[in-house]
Amino acid sequence: MPNSKQMNQLLYTLQIADNALILGHRISEWCGHGPILEQDIALTNTALDHLGQARSLYQHAADMFNALSSDNKKTLFTSTALQNKINKGEALDEDDLAYLRDGWDFRNVLLTEQPNKDWGYTVARSFLYDAFSFYFYAALQKSKDTVLAAVAEKSLKEVTYHLRWSSEWMIRLGDGTEESKTRVQEALDSYWAYTGEMFEMTAVDKAALADGIGVDIAAIKTLWQERVNMVLEEATLILPANTWMHSGGKECRHSEHLGYILAEMQFMQRAYPDMEW
Amino acid sequence: MTVHSFQEHFDAKIDSEVMIEPRDWMPDDYRKTLIRQISQHAHSEIVGMLPEGNWITRAPSLRRKAVLLAKVQDEGGHGLYLYSAAETLGITRDEMYDQLHTGKAKYSSIFNYPTLTWADMGAIGWLVDGAAIMNQVPLCRTSYGPYARAMVRVCKEESFHQRQGFEIMMVLANGTEVQKKMAQDALNRWWWPSIMMFGPSDADSPHTAQSMRWRIKRFTNDELRQKFIDVTVEQAKLIGLTVPDPDLKWNEERGHYDFGPINWDEFWNVVKGNGPCNKERLEARKKAWEDGAWVRDAAMAHAQKRKARQENKAVKAA
Repeated sequence: MPNSKQMNQLLYTLQIADNALILGHRISEWCGHGPILEQDIALTNTALDHLGQARSLYQHAADMFNALSSDNKKTLFTSTALQNKINKGEALDEDDLAYLRDGWDFRNVLLTEQPNKDWGYTVARSFLYDAFSFYFYAALQKSKDTVLAAVAEKSLKEVTYHLRWSSEWMIRLGDGTEESKTRVQEALDSYWAYTGEMFEMTAVDKAALADGIGVDIAAIKTLWQERVNMVLEEATLILPANTWMHSGGKECRHSEHLGYILAEMQFMQRAYPDMEW
Repeated sequence: MTVHSFQEHFDAKIDSEVMIEPRDWMPDDYRKTLIRQISQHAHSEIVGMLPEGNWITRAPSLRRKAVLLAKVQDEGGHGLYLYSAAETLGITRDEMYDQLHTGKAKYSSIFNYPTLTWADMGAIGWLVDGAAIMNQVPLCRTSYGPYARAMVRVCKEESFHQRQGFEIMMVLANGTEVQKKMAQDALNRWWWPSIMMFGPSDADSPHTAQSMRWRIKRFTNDELRQKFIDVTVEQAKLIGLTVPDPDLKWNEERGHYDFGPINWDEFWNVVKGNGPCNKERLEARKKAWEDGAWVRDAAMAHAQKRKARQENKAVKAA
């Protein structure tokens, strides 16, 4: 059964929110462990930006969820914790959406959940995502959903900075030492296989586009590719030759990594449910 | 000027509360004391990121996660101002890191205790940052200019941290039974280490007299400790938590709380490296530094390449 407009709008919002939350979570793992104090601080700022975006989007998603009919509410999320709340007729909030959904209800792209590994992998992952996010938010500013449009406008300022930061680091590592070049090229080759998914139009993406809510992501792929080429050229790095792409995250089929992220992130809400913190 | 008159000039400045600036003459021991104290303070900020960083990925709500991240980031910022202040005395940040990593320089022992539950984030903000503020507010008037100015910024943020920590504790103390238990358990574990943060008793504090003379320090360890206890006991009462000291009693005559004996054996043991997390904390710092070596090398190499290219361009254009 196709989703109603309202439900699709909610799922579309969750997809953007989950990307922000999961990438922000990954980046926040660096806090206190960075290679240079100034960069530790800069990266934590980025994590905070992602987290802020996620919160605005989850609040919006929760509002949309709470406005659904009770039948629709029951079909959307699977975890027992959420089902209990929904059956009791309780309204959901940003924390319920972040902390009580299981992995099979998360819609982030696989790239965002990939591990930090080292500075090279972290930078490459951010760069590939930031370049996408930059054009995505630029287009989302025109969304008919005024909340999404407002979040996009605010986020674009942050993402512009993120993209500058990650591009500069790609260049520094690529055009730095032999070791840094080898390391960042390896990271780029490895995470490249997760970039295709960002531009895949799922049923939710197509419906959101048709409703004037969403972004034509297939159309921003060329812009993304140009930006990536430009930075890689300056970084003296080679565009990865592999064209095989992983996918599934946007349709809730994840890598093994997400389960561990959630196990850690959701621990408090799971062990001590229904409390104010 | 002779050394003697340099010294007189310096003493006169100290006595008339004129700040000492980086280019001013200063006695070697004054410089050494400041380097020791400021770098120890900077290291404490950086090592202090670890016990709280431990809960960033497990914070119980998105709001708490954001506040904690911002807080730990602030500590990094404090480290940065303080390393910069120490650098004005003629030591590099890399030298200071080296002293930390080899165990030559110390950091506040409080960070060698583990953070076991979420309530520890409240206890650290409330007690550890609370104790730090007591120590640090007088440092805003310390005699060395760059240190004093760095401390003005640090103190503004620390008082915000202290409030957020107290607020975490207040929410827990007003929460369910299990949350109250969590808050009390954290207070039980953090109370004594927090009051040890002021350092040994005045009688056993080798640096106090000289530091007071130089107006680096304005109050003794015991004075600050008493002030902290007087304030904090009242705050604990306010949220219905019990300070874990059976000897704690208001002394009308002194106008202060009397408190039980401090376990200085524990204090010195943790200072010597036998605390629950000394090894982990130092290893985490060393690992960050060593794993980051290739990144710093790359940044340096790239900056040099860029500079060389610009110089080439300039030569060609000329």
